Amino acid sequence: MSQARRRGAFDGSESGRLDRREFVKLCLMAAAAVGLPASAARKMVEAVDHGLKPSVIWLSFQECTGCTESLLRTSHPGLADLILDVISLDYHEALCAAAGEQAEAARRRAMEEHAGKYVCVIEGAIPTKDGGIYCQIGGRTALEIVEETARRAGAIIAIGSCASFGGVPSADPNPTEAKGAPQVLQDRRVVTIPGCPANPYTFLGVVLQFVTFGTLPALDERGRPLFAYRRTIHEDCPRRPHFDAGQFAETFGDEGHRKGYCLYKLGCKGPQTHAPCALKRFGEVGAWPIGVGHPCAGCTESHLAFRVPIHTMVKIEHPTPPSTFPPTTPEHGKVSPVATGIAGLVGGALLGAGFRWARKLDEEESSTEEVPS
Amino acid sequence: MTMNRRALLKGLGAVGVATATGGRAAVARSRRPVAEDAVGMLYDATRCIGCKTCMVACRRANHLPYEKPGHPWDDPVDLSGRTKTVIQRYRGREGQSYMKRQCLHCLDPACVSVCMIGAMHKSEGGIVAYDPDRCIGCRYCQVACPFNVPRFQWDSPTPKIVKCEMCRHLLARGRLPACCEVCPTGAVQFGKRKALLAEAKRRIARHPDRYVHKIYGESDAGGTQVLYLSSVPFEKLGLPHLGTESVPRLSETVQHGIYKGFIVPAALYVLIGAAVRRHHRQRSVDERKEET
Ligand code: SF4
Ligand code: SF4
Ligand code: SF4
Ligand code: SF4
Repeated sequence: MSQARRRGAFDGSESGRLDRREFVKLCLMAAAAVGLPASAARKMVEAVDHGLKPSVIWLSFQECTGCTESLLRTSHPGLADLILDVISLDYHEALCAAAGEQAEAARRRAMEEHAGKYVCVIEGAIPTKDGGIYCQIGGRTALEIVEETARRAGAIIAIGSCASFGGVPSADPNPTEAKGAPQVLQDRRVVTIPGCPANPYTFLGVVLQFVTFGTLPALDERGRPLFAYRRTIHEDCPRRPHFDAGQFAETFGDEGHRKGYCLYKLGCKGPQTHAPCALKRFGEVGAWPIGVGHPCAGCTESHLAFRVPIHTMVKIEHPTPPSTFPPTTPEHGKVSPVATGIAGLVGGALLGAGFRWARKLDEEESSTEEVPS
Repeated sequence: MTMNRRALLKGLGAVGVATATGGRAAVARSRRPVAEDAVGMLYDATRCIGCKTCMVACRRANHLPYEKPGHPWDDPVDLSGRTKTVIQRYRGREGQSYMKRQCLHCLDPACVSVCMIGAMHKSEGGIVAYDPDRCIGCRYCQVACPFNVPRFQWDSPTPKIVKCEMCRHLLARGRLPACCEVCPTGAVQFGKRKALLAEAKRRIARHPDRYVHKIYGESDAGGTQVLYLSSVPFEKLGLPHLGTESVPRLSETVQHGIYKGFIVPAALYVLIGAAVRRHHRQRSVDERKEET
């Protein structure tokens, strides 16, 4: 894909259109990348043929643009292809050519034209203290903008940990009382894609499913798509055999660390962190924290990220057996049936004796009671 | 299924009658026939790779708590009040082998024989099942089992006996026992005992150099429904020589014989009791007369 086409991608011009063959290929690739069936690709093509490119409005608040950056680095499909051919990105502060009033007008126009159908993507936390004055765009607070834009959206996606549950801006002492989109939009269903940054393919998967089928994936209780957040990092971690064998890096740069041992003792949050990073990594080069020797920071978990210090150890959520084995138990002696019979006899005798002794006690008791009277 | 008081008393009454009459037990108790529909499992230790997936699946399927909560690993070393199956390893002069410890579902189980209340019982397909609502916590089954299988929940305020019940709750829903369902190598398989026995024989015939030429459980301890194949002698795996008679067949014969011998002293005891009682009554009547 040429740079020229990439540049042309965001002004809505038709100059960089793919031919049909390439477009079908793109849709197939997109479907495959996010685990949709091949039939989904056909549907995508049909939808676009009918001019049904969903409008996407991307709101940015208290964030670092890391999620956008990570999305820009996808190549199966590339974001440029996606924006140009499959969706219509009508508003994105970092990417749109327009600025100021012009950009705001584009957002309002898209909201009017696609009311009830557009996808509202939220990146960044929303400050709520003092009426939300700590983040304003065009003189309006993030709170107002998010409420106005989300109200008429067909689907709301919170991308990244900040939008999902507050993230960095909400870390102690949280001076702006920053909150995630689900906390602000309590009466709406918000798909959250936490991660710092969010995994771009999870986002693409959700968007493409919505584009193709008009549905949203199954979510967990925190709004995370189960297809990506059902399992913990620990379950799929390539260092897991070292964990099972009790081989740990004790400090950064020690022998265990250099040998690629498990990072649990360095504070790895993988055992409690539900995220797909171990399987679908970042930057198209397979990079991810544990891969480069840093413990997982638990960025997708609201109770861990920016709350539990990075090098604090956590409990294992689902402990499993280690890779060591107990010995087969030593042989134990035969139980001879005669012994069982004798044991029964002895037991019976003891029982009888006990019974008589108890009777005697009773009698003694009643005789002592009689003394004072 | 709860047992009401009436049924319990009836059961105890029957025990009393049986004890008093001595039954026909002086003759050795007859051997239990293998039921046509007997189900079972075949654990082929030579196929086991020690992955312990079965242990994880067993815990999940039976809602068992972790062996040591809060510990980084779930590492039972033996069966316990929290663990129904455990993979162990033998390493020694005879080579190396894994061993899946669990209930063997004896054809004629000692645990059932000693359970005075029928909590441990043979259920559908010959599965040795446990009914916690009947259990009085005497732990006789634990003592009686020649394989040391049933375990007691010592740390629970409402303790139960814990042992493999061949995942009968899953079988009832048309599923396989959890361990057989997940085993990646087919080292542990579920099926009709008859078919598994034939399969085990076929394997030994096909690879005579791989196996010890014996199927543990075919007739050991009167036969078990969980069968074992191994490349190392079975004692090394903790499966002892028990002979081919079931433990209860012998112990019941002995015990019932002894009980039968009890009839004479028991009758004597009743007689003496009656005499004492009569005497006692006479005395109190006399005393009352004196008082007036
Ligand atoms: S503790 Fe972390 S590094 Fe170790 S296996 Fe689990 S996820 Fe991987
Ligand atoms: S192995 Fe033990 S617990 Fe299992 S059926 Fe036999 S006697 Fe009962
Ligand atoms: S049959 Fe069920 S209870 Fe028995 S060992 Fe297998 S999984 Fe555990
Ligand atoms: S799942 Fe199968 S192979 Fe793995 S340890 Fe259990 S019996 Fe062996």
